[in-house]
Amino acid sequence: MSGIRVLVGCKRVIDYAVKIRVKPDKSGVVTDGVKHSMNPFDEIAVEEAVRLKEKKIVSEIVAVSCGPTQCQEVLRTAMAMGADRAIHVEVDPATYDHLQPLHVAKILSKVAQEEKVDLVLTGKQAIDDDANQTGQMIAALLDWPQATFASKVEKTNGELKVLREIDGGLETIKVRLPAVLTTDLRLNQPRYATLPNIMKAKKKPLVKKTPADYGVDVTPRQKVLKVEDPPVRQAGAKLASVEELVAKLRDAGLIPT
Amino acid sequence: KTNEMSVPKFVIRLLSQAFVSVKNVHKTVISQRCIHTTNVHPRAASTNVSHVHAEGTTGHQLPSDLLSPEEQMMKDSVARLAAEKIQPFVAEMDRTSQMKPEVIQALHDNGLLGIEIPAEYGGTNSTFFVATIAIEELAKVDPSVSVLCDVQNTLVNMLIVRLGTEEQKRKYLPRLATDMIGSFCLSEAESGSDAFSLRTSAVLDKGYYILNGTKVWITNAEHAGVFLVMANARPTAGYKGITCFIVDRETEGVNVGRKEDKLGIRASSTCSVTFDNVKIPESNILGEFGKGYKYAIEMLNSGRIGIAAQMLGLAQGCFNHAVDYTRERKQFGRRIYDFQGMQHQIAHVATQIHIGRVMMCNAARMHQLGLPVVKEAAMVKYFASEVATLTTSKSIEWMGGVGFTRDYPVEKYFRDCKIGTIYEGTSNIQLNTIAKCLEQDKLAGC
Repeated sequence: MSGIRVLVGCKRVIDYAVKIRVKPDKSGVVTDGVKHSMNPFDEIAVEEAVRLKEKKIVSEIVAVSCGPTQCQEVLRTAMAMGADRAIHVEVDPATYDHLQPLHVAKILSKVAQEEKVDLVLTGKQAIDDDANQTGQMIAALLDWPQATFASKVEKTNGELKVLREIDGGLETIKVRLPAVLTTDLRLNQPRYATLPNIMKAKKKPLVKKTPADYGVDVTPRQKVLKVEDPPVRQAGAKLASVEELVAKLRDAGLIPT
Repeated sequence: KTNEMSVPKFVIRLLSQAFVSVKNVHKTVISQRCIHTTNVHPRAASTNVSHVHAEGTTGHQLPSDLLSPEEQMMKDSVARLAAEKIQPFVAEMDRTSQMKPEVIQALHDNGLLGIEIPAEYGGTNSTFFVATIAIEELAKVDPSVSVLCDVQNTLVNMLIVRLGTEEQKRKYLPRLATDMIGSFCLSEAESGSDAFSLRTSAVLDKGYYILNGTKVWITNAEHAGVFLVMANARPTAGYKGITCFIVDRETEGVNVGRKEDKLGIRASSTCSVTFDNVKIPESNILGEFGKGYKYAIEMLNSGRIGIAAQMLGLAQGCFNHAVDYTRERKQFGRRIYDFQGMQHQIAHVATQIHIGRVMMCNAARMHQLGLPVVKEAAMVKYFASEVATLTTSKSIEWMGGVGFTRDYPVEKYFRDCKIGTIYEGTSNIQLNTIAKCLEQDKLAGC
């Protein structure tokens, strides 16, 4: 079997279009009854894996998600987009509230080893916590090379040539397989889960596991003390001259008199 | 047609299968119904104790409008497709009265034009309920696109799936699922509500039927590659001579007339189709000779539920636009949504839409289980078209002056909804049907 085997990490997050509300007790954001969907960057990762499979570079795609039962919806979407099978690592809702990127990275790296994959693909960050850590941590735990913020991926011999979007512009690197890639916005435009593919996805296998199955301890190491809305932005003021600006800055104590 | 009291054995088996397959529905599905309802929290303390008495029963009686996870995925997929691939073209298609080929292509590519066609013929292999939801979701964005999907799925596809010979199915279903549109030709200039007095004739001549006549108000005609034509092949037998013929567009003598210039659903093509000595082989009869009237009546049930779905989607889409506006627009220092008079009107309309939706889901599920739905289908089509009329009219009022302009979408929904009380059986015909069913119910002792 010459094709690459891919593991795609998919997180279930509050849908990007929903207006986030903080719970009255400030312990977190309201998630009950709120519309959720797959993290958009993970959708891009699934899409990239499917495109590589269509190009016959990838032979099998396994989608994985950690969290409560509802995560299976996200896995079904991944399979409807083209993933071959899915693994749901079940974490109860209370524990999930405190699940950190390091926990997820430990679980996914164990899954990657057990499934003997050559490539781990995941979104660069999740739109709920914006952590931007999981992919990098997986690479470190597996001691694999990483190519993050990928906006283009090409296969050349036994390597992947990846175009990365970095602060200074664009960077092209080569990574040898096995490797971890995280996807950025401009990598691709994810496809729709067409109705026939949603029907076909019903027959694809979805396996349930627990963190204990992978020997990972998910007891929280952090505690969220408070979640608040950002302060309401104050209106600015239009000034007529530089002198007025200097005077106002002095009054505010921001420059010495 | 009697409304049977006893439920046939196969239906009981279907019912138990239906309940078995939905036993994994749990709170997650309830929590997804977040857009139209208040937050349903299953664990909240409730004064509803009916579940206590239901402990002894085994089967789960689920709300008909509760979607299974798969149905929810289908709905989300269609909603997304409509928002991204159809929404950008809606205003232009209405102005020019022209459906964009890209839109039809998007429907085909996503399996929306072959929803109930089995996988072996290249179809989506899904259910009537899913077709209903798809029609509803499309109508929220564009009722013209929705009706194209409705006619294709509920009339054209289902006639061939149910009645076609293996050869006919192999010839047409794969194409309908992937790249061809179909039309259903019943109405004529002299026969609308009085459908079975139709005069298009089919005369047998050396193994071929020669079709002559003109059909009017044919939806999808501009793009259709195939027409299912109701013609009378034995006028002496009255309506029992009506036979359904499959007619390819390219057949000599088939002429599609110019599009009607309509008030609403303008992007949906509505043309007359003339048959001038069109030669049709006997093998193109769909189903049995002389049974066309029966097939038309049977298909009307799913057709009516489909139109109800279109009207309810239209109402909901219009409602969403208008109410969002009332949350933004301020007068007298408050959002106009905050005025009690407005809230009462909005709440009333929301209630009507909800009633229609629940009725629609219920009728669709009944139909899927093979239960008779003549009365329910007529009721929901009639009710849904009335709800659409109320909603669109109110929506323009809620938006004030801007609602009356083309720059805002509600005036289009207002124009689009009018056809709902007219096509696929006028409201008066629906009421006739309901009254007849009530008579039969009485005779059967219901």
